[in-house]
Formats: sequence, C-alpha cells, structure tokens
Amino acid sequence: MAHQEPQVVVLPPNKEKIKKLWRVALILLVVTMMEFIIAFTLPHGPAKTSLFVFLTIVKAGYIVGEFMHLKYEVKVLFWSVLIPMIFIIWMLVAFVYEGTKIVTI
Amino acid sequence: MSQTTAAVSPGKSVWDGGTSPMGVSYGKLMMWFFLMSDAFTFSGLLITYGLVRSSNPAYAGPVQDFFFATTHWPIPEKVYDAIPFVHGIELPLVFVGFMTFVLIMSSVTMVLAVEAGHRMDRQAVEKWMLWTILGGLTFLSCQAWEWTHFIIGSGDGTATSEVVNGQWVQRIIQGANLHENQYGPPAFADFFFFITGFHGFHVFSGVLFNWLIYYNAATGVYDRRGHYEMVEKVGLYWHFVDLVWVFVFTFFYLV
Repeated sequence: MAHQEPQVVVLPPNKEKIKKLWRVALILLVVTMMEFIIAFTLPHGPAKTSLFVFLTIVKAGYIVGEFMHLKYEVKVLFWSVLIPMIFIIWMLVAFVYEGTKIVTI
Repeated sequence: MSQTTAAVSPGKSVWDGGTSPMGVSYGKLMMWFFLMSDAFTFSGLLITYGLVRSSNPAYAGPVQDFFFATTHWPIPEKVYDAIPFVHGIELPLVFVGFMTFVLIMSSVTMVLAVEAGHRMDRQAVEKWMLWTILGGLTFLSCQAWEWTHFIIGSGDGTATSEVVNGQWVQRIIQGANLHENQYGPPAFADFFFFITGFHGFHVFSGVLFNWLIYYNAATGVYDRRGHYEMVEKVGLYWHFVDLVWVFVFTFFYLV
C-alpha cells in the first residue's frame, strides 16, 4: 500500500478569537431579547417600527461584519457589497410610500 | 521595445493582473456576489409585503380587543401565539423566538467550524459542522410544525360573507391556504407561505451543503487539498440564511 496520508499540522485553538465570536453571539441574543420585550411593552406606531428596524440593522451589522468577516476584508470588497444595498433602501421607501396610495378593499 | 513598455507603465497596481485585488479567492468572491443577488430577491419579497400591507386597512382599535377578519391586516403576535404540545394558552411569539435562537446558535457553531478550518483541525470542523446541521434540522422541524398549525388553523375560525347565487351567505373560514385564510386578507397567508417558504428552502439547501462539507471533512478531502476554504464559502451562505431570518423576524413577526 503506497497510499500516502498528507502531513497535517493542527494549530491550537485561537482562544481570543473564539471568545470574541461568543461575545458577538451574546450580543445577537441580547438584542433579540430586547426586540421581544419591546414587542409587548411599547404601543404600535412609527416609533416602535423605527426602533425595530434600527435593532435589526445592528444585528445585521454584527452578522455580516463579524460572522461573515466582511469588516476585515479589503475595502474594495467591503464597499462593492455595501453600496448596492442603497437600491434596496430606495426600493423600500418608494414601495411602502406608494402602498399607502393604493386602496385594496 | 521593452524599454518603451517600461516607460508607459511605471507602477504596477493590484488591478494589473497576477493578484486578487479584492483579497479573496474567486470562489469566495462569487459567493459574495451570489449572496448580493439573493439579498435583492429577499428584499423584493419583503418590500412587496410592506407594499401590500400598507395598502390594506390596518386594525384600528386597542390590541386587547383585536379580532380576526378578512377585511383588515392582522397583528402578527395574535397569529403566532402557539407552541407545540400546549393547547389553549396564548404564548405570543415564543415559538418563533425559539426558532430565532436556534438559527443564531447554528450560525455561531458554523463560524466556530470556520475557525477550526483555519487551524486544519479536522475533528473540531466535524464537531461544529454536526452541531450546525443539527441546528438547521431543528429549525426546519419547527417550521414544519408552524406551517401545519397555520394551515389547519385554530379556534373557531373567522366568519366571512360572500355572494352565492345572488344571496349574501355567511361562511366560516378555518385555517389558511393560498386563496383564503382565517387570519386576515388572502395576501397575508400568501406572503407567509412565500417568504417563510423561500427562506425555509434556503435553510434546507444550506443543511444539504453543510452535510456535504461535513462528509468531505470527515473523509479527509480538505486535508489532502491543504486548506478548508470550502467551509468558509458554505459558511458565508449559512450566515446569510441567518441574516435573512433576522429581517423576516422583524418585518413579518414583530412589526
């Protein structure tokens, strides 16, 4: 049997990095809990919706920045991914505004 | 001749070839651009939800007096208030909160698998990939239950009047399908099925990819290849699935 297994050097766990990842997880869970509490304590309205949107963007920032590692990528990649999202924001504003002008029932 | 060429291009930028200007491999870059296109697809679905919702009448009275009717848009927490094995107790958003927790945790185990891959630690990659797969399957099972509950319906249903052979007839709607539902206007259930369904399909395909990564890691494919970059690429996809759920949770269940 001349089958060769590759020589693999396993490095020890990067304790600091792992600790940081768990801290991000904790932040995500705490923000979700906050959203959950806000859902039942604040009255419905534009203020509540804005707060939810803000907290969602905070969570999205942590997921894309830390988990997907985008924060640490080359700036060209960072902006190539983020700038096209402007179109989504415009689409959201335009469509929800137009929606109030349509009467379904 | 060669002297002339040297004079025309004195400096060499990263865009002149031979390097990756974006600092990532071809595969990872293409995954990023695929995820961008997928973000536009999901935005299309969620924004259309916003459009149709704001074009329908909202429920105007106090929350505690809320009632289901096909003529106004329901308050989400009144629709999703059940959990498995418990009947008759209103626990608004608890089950979907649990689903969110499961998906965030599976995202954490995925990023730990990526970290282990950087260190060429096969055993740790296998362990964290299995946890991620378990999280994905748990989420899908929860969603299967939620859909079943939504389709079968709960309580006494909702009364609606319609014209049959020139006469107004009262009829009870129980549960939900694509053309009517007991919770609100027909479009409400349509969006529920399309948005959570499209996301659930992403979770399902993500679980398959994760399984493939686990299998390849366990059989030593990445050790022979010399790097675990595939874990990172599929990791990007899996985090994106989590990211979409964060938005679905807000715009479908909270707002």
